[in-house]
Amino acid sequence: MAATYEPRPESVALLKKLVAALAARGIVTEEEMALRQTIAERANPETGARMVARAWMDPEWRALMLRDGTAAAEAMGVSMRGNPPLGVLEDTESVHHLVVCTLCSCYPRAIIGYPPHWYKSAAYRSRAVREPRAVLAEFGTVLPAQMQVRVVDSTADFRWMVLPMRPAGTDGWTEDQLTALVSRDHLVGVALPSAERKAARAA
Amino acid sequence: MSAGVGEVSAARFEVGQNVRVKDARPERVARLHLRTPHYVRGRMGTIQRALGTFPNPEDIAFNRPAQPRVLYHVLFDQPPVWNEGQAGDTLLIELFEHWLEEA
Repeated sequence: MAATYEPRPESVALLKKLVAALAARGIVTEEEMALRQTIAERANPETGARMVARAWMDPEWRALMLRDGTAAAEAMGVSMRGNPPLGVLEDTESVHHLVVCTLCSCYPRAIIGYPPHWYKSAAYRSRAVREPRAVLAEFGTVLPAQMQVRVVDSTADFRWMVLPMRPAGTDGWTEDQLTALVSRDHLVGVALPSAERKAARAA
Repeated sequence: MSAGVGEVSAARFEVGQNVRVKDARPERVARLHLRTPHYVRGRMGTIQRALGTFPNPEDIAFNRPAQPRVLYHVLFDQPPVWNEGQAGDTLLIELFEHWLEEA
């Protein structure tokens, strides 16, 4: 996933000049940039996955996540300073959430890492709001007709993640086992976690 | 709630209230940065909740002093927006107060 490559010398020179100009004008400090770099490097979907696993096990944690996602993220050790607030969307027996940003590519990066290529594509962004069930089917997700699909267009200051329902067949699982079940796609809402599918992949 | 830059103390719309998104295309006559998607302008929705108060992105984009604006989560039935889709499916969208009017 993380391709290794050497940045071009002219890009490095340009970056140095930009950083020096920002620092000279007092727009950002070296410390702020270092902090943001640390946050960016730490960000990956496991944080969101662990938040979900805890919500499946602990009703109080679930309530905190739904009430104040930002506070829940901070409690996971993620520094949310400088990040947009996090909102958590609770899937139920009757409602499934699907997250898209039609205007750009808003995504809860601090919690689930950097967005995949398809999330930023014009195809996903235009189709998810218009024909969500067709898009979901292409991800292999077919929902019962009576279950409402609620497309969440991330248009402004919040960033959204989905709290999926706990899959069947996971009674007695540990937090680590449940965390391993949850992927980025589940947190965006294009797929649903499944104990059988996880086992099939591992076999 | 730690969301937003301050408490929502002066929200014009209540939870459950029906609203209409302004049917305006101001970007046709001036250079603007807007966070209200085209497909929802002129559409009727319901206030789900007030999310907080945020500096107006329409000002931030041009480095102007940004007025604080109340941001809402507004719920729309999906089929009327596109004239297709499955009855009961919905869209949930963040919209600023100055883009909404009583329906």
